[in-house]
Amino acid sequence: MATVTAPAPRTVPGLLKRPAVRKLAVLALLTAVLAPLAEARWGGGAWPHALTVDVTAPLTRVSDWIIDNRDSHPLFLYVLGHLSNAVIVCVRAVYLFLFAAGWAGVTALAAAVAWCVAGARLAAGTAVALLACGALGMWVPTMQTLALMVVAVLASVAVGALLGLAAGLSDRMDRALRPVLDTMQILPAFAYLLPVVLVFGIGVPAAVLATVVYAAPPMARLTALGLRGADPEVLEAVESLGATARQRLLTARIPLARKELLLGLNQAIMMALSMAVIASVIGAGGLGDRVYQALASVDVGAALAAGIPIVLLAVVLDRVTGAAGDRIGQQREGGRLWLRPAAALAAVVVVALAARLAGGPDWPTGWTVSIAEPVNRAVDWMTGHLYSGVPYIGGTADWAGHFTTWVLDPVRSALLWLPWWSVLLIVAAPAWLIGTWRTALTATGAMAVIGVLGVWQPSLDTLSQVLAAVAVTLVLGLAAGIAAARSDRFARVLRPVLDVFQTMPQFVYLIPVVALFGVGRAPAVAAAVVYALPAVVRITAQGLRQVDPAALESARSLGATSGQQLRQVQLPLARPALLLAVNQGVVLVLAVVIIGGLVGSGALGYQVVYGLAQGDLATGLIAGVAIVCLGLMLDRVTQPTARRATKGA
Amino acid sequence: MRTTRRRALIAGAAALCTLLTGCGAADMTKQTSPFAAVKGARTVTLSVQSWVGAQANVAVAQYLLEHELGYRVDTVQVDEVPAWDALSQGRVDAILEDWGHPDQEKRYVDDKKTIVRGGDLGVTGHIGWFVPTYLAKQHPDITDWRNLNSYASLFRTAESGGKGQLMDGSPSYVTNDKALVKNLGLNYQVVFAGSEAAQIAQIKQFAKEKKPFLTYWYAPQWLFEKVPMTEVKLPPYTEGCDADPVKVACSYPYTPLQKYLNARFAASGGDAAAFLKKFRWTTEDQNEVALMIADQKLTPAEAAKKWVEGHRSVWKEWLP
Repeated sequence: MATVTAPAPRTVPGLLKRPAVRKLAVLALLTAVLAPLAEARWGGGAWPHALTVDVTAPLTRVSDWIIDNRDSHPLFLYVLGHLSNAVIVCVRAVYLFLFAAGWAGVTALAAAVAWCVAGARLAAGTAVALLACGALGMWVPTMQTLALMVVAVLASVAVGALLGLAAGLSDRMDRALRPVLDTMQILPAFAYLLPVVLVFGIGVPAAVLATVVYAAPPMARLTALGLRGADPEVLEAVESLGATARQRLLTARIPLARKELLLGLNQAIMMALSMAVIASVIGAGGLGDRVYQALASVDVGAALAAGIPIVLLAVVLDRVTGAAGDRIGQQREGGRLWLRPAAALAAVVVVALAARLAGGPDWPTGWTVSIAEPVNRAVDWMTGHLYSGVPYIGGTADWAGHFTTWVLDPVRSALLWLPWWSVLLIVAAPAWLIGTWRTALTATGAMAVIGVLGVWQPSLDTLSQVLAAVAVTLVLGLAAGIAAARSDRFARVLRPVLDVFQTMPQFVYLIPVVALFGVGRAPAVAAAVVYALPAVVRITAQGLRQVDPAALESARSLGATSGQQLRQVQLPLARPALLLAVNQGVVLVLAVVIIGGLVGSGALGYQVVYGLAQGDLATGLIAGVAIVCLGLMLDRVTQPTARRATKGA
Repeated sequence: MRTTRRRALIAGAAALCTLLTGCGAADMTKQTSPFAAVKGARTVTLSVQSWVGAQANVAVAQYLLEHELGYRVDTVQVDEVPAWDALSQGRVDAILEDWGHPDQEKRYVDDKKTIVRGGDLGVTGHIGWFVPTYLAKQHPDITDWRNLNSYASLFRTAESGGKGQLMDGSPSYVTNDKALVKNLGLNYQVVFAGSEAAQIAQIKQFAKEKKPFLTYWYAPQWLFEKVPMTEVKLPPYTEGCDADPVKVACSYPYTPLQKYLNARFAASGGDAAAFLKKFRWTTEDQNEVALMIADQKLTPAEAAKKWVEGHRSVWKEWLP
């Protein structure tokens, strides 16, 4: 029997301990010197007013200037106008193509592409998914979203690949770009919308550009990662053959990075899809708009009918690009590689023409199923029976009330009670302990910016919601993750559920959440938990499953019970994965707590919503910056090692 | 060799750019939606605001434009203030129901002249504070603001702390409530639901349990048919009493709701512009359609069809 032991766990903390103590000692010393000074100079409690800068007036001037000059200034006429026009032309071209292909043509084309890159099973899945979109009566919105997505994803990939190329080839570019990309990756999508809308106005160009800004960073990161990760021996071999720099890049480095590039494409697609819905707030049209309009009449069923196509698109695109990534590097069945695409293309043309001759390009009107009514009845029943008065456990409204009174309120008052300088120190301590002094400085600086902008109080309010939601998410997520890691059957049942909740637009469940928990911070926390849970469960389960089987085996041979194995071997060994789960949980929770502004979470979320609704750049942008800072701080405090390349969106 | 290729590349890119965008200036305030008019028909783009009354206006206008005048209609959902901006840019051609935005009116109608007034919608809007009628029957004196403080404990929730909760809705709506609570010395906390959808969901939930609540609300609104509500009397409105948003201490006015059209569209929009200018109906009509959409869960198009079939005499007059 292999006698591989777990890496002796006792010695590692022993080594770690000393620098940690030293760091804490430095911080304590700093506190002892600076705190009385700060206290005497500006007082404790909330961020001192003397240290804030009012940027409302200049921001309002900027906003007025843009509105007044949008149709006359050369910057808009000759630069941004063309950009906007190009987006419209591209989206229109794709849309017209999809429209001309008709429902049968589009379905056949999608299935054919899936068949070529991912095999027959996924091709069938793709076709079924698209037909389901049509059957739900959502064909035209689906095509609009698809057109927008195609353009946005292509642009994201182009921009991301260029940035990634620069960062992959030049160390200086890498150093300059990395913090920017890091930051952009943790930004909640909601914070992007206002500035884009102000410049480009409501509509598709603004939506596409906001999507590109959101979806390009993962592509850039992964491209750079792939280029930098190329096997040096291969590169040397290529170089020794006398290849020029360009040849080296084209024939060796880029092909070697194919896997990362495809993963980047996959990430870009997923993020673009999640943005497609949020961008409906600024006039993206398509499926997102249907979800958003259904919300206005509190029609969960109709929102779900538009949300399901989004989930289907996301799952199909994820699986197909994922399968394409897995296939890379596998042996192709040599010989006539063109045969398959050619056959597929021919089949597509035949199907499209046949359908065109038989009917029109539009989805046949009789072929739709309305799911809105049964869904609404189910939701009504659920909210009617669970809201209050359930024997013994109380209703959801009571829980929400208790949660607000006993958890959210105390956490918020505690945070607000803390003197401002102590908040900075509390932030600095963990960031420094798990990272470098630079991490600590970034985190502290981010908090300081929040204070300077004069949104200390709402930011801490939002922070309290994030902390509460993260705690709930972790408890539930770790439990479910452990269960999924230990039981294959449970994992199989869980997987589609996680897929759905990860890709379902948050707007769809905002209303049921209100019906269950009332208006306020509790529903926002509930929505955040629902959204962040899948990523946490997944990362936890994956981390636990990847624990070295030899270590488990040896623990078992020593007679450890199943619980002991979990506590003493699996969990400690999966620590990096667990920490990653915490980090992802925090970032995702923050994104939804902000959207919670739509259901009464108040604080920063409300200010962003207010800024968008009133076209008030000052309020919206300051809140947006504060959210960015909050995200940056939370990320730095929870991310110990080099950042992972992927984001669980 | 290489430089020539690069030069060719640049020239090609430039040519492509020109081809894509046309030469010279591109005014993005004059660009239309890429999803508009695939069939090459005449099109109109209408702004739908998030509340159902506005959806009802748009649904009926859309139905008539499509079936009687042969237009293709696109709708965009936009919040109130951004909708003014979109209207000025021509992203939308008309707003059918506006509740009064003096700042925007001055900027776009009087100064920039990119928007023109489209006349009355025929519906009068009113904002106020409301309690459910079942509560008003229990405590008849609750409908006077002077007595609100003695009932504050009834309206307490987890979100309002120790005070009573006054629920406000979407941040895009016109509201003076924070100032009102302060200036009238009320022991209440304004809690923003953040969106009308959330507010309606909460009101319905309260009503199902017959619980007391105090909410910012407005008429005409279909929810009154589902949850009867009684207005709380605030100090009466006098002209200009709400001029200073910090000092306001009076109720909200009755506003005849207005239509606005993009200036270019109004001048060259042909039948559609003429039709939209004449579009004018009553509160009851609007409520009928709104209720079909929101409560019977008909799609706006189905609701509009039903209404149009029953009210030929009303809409005949709108046709140019």
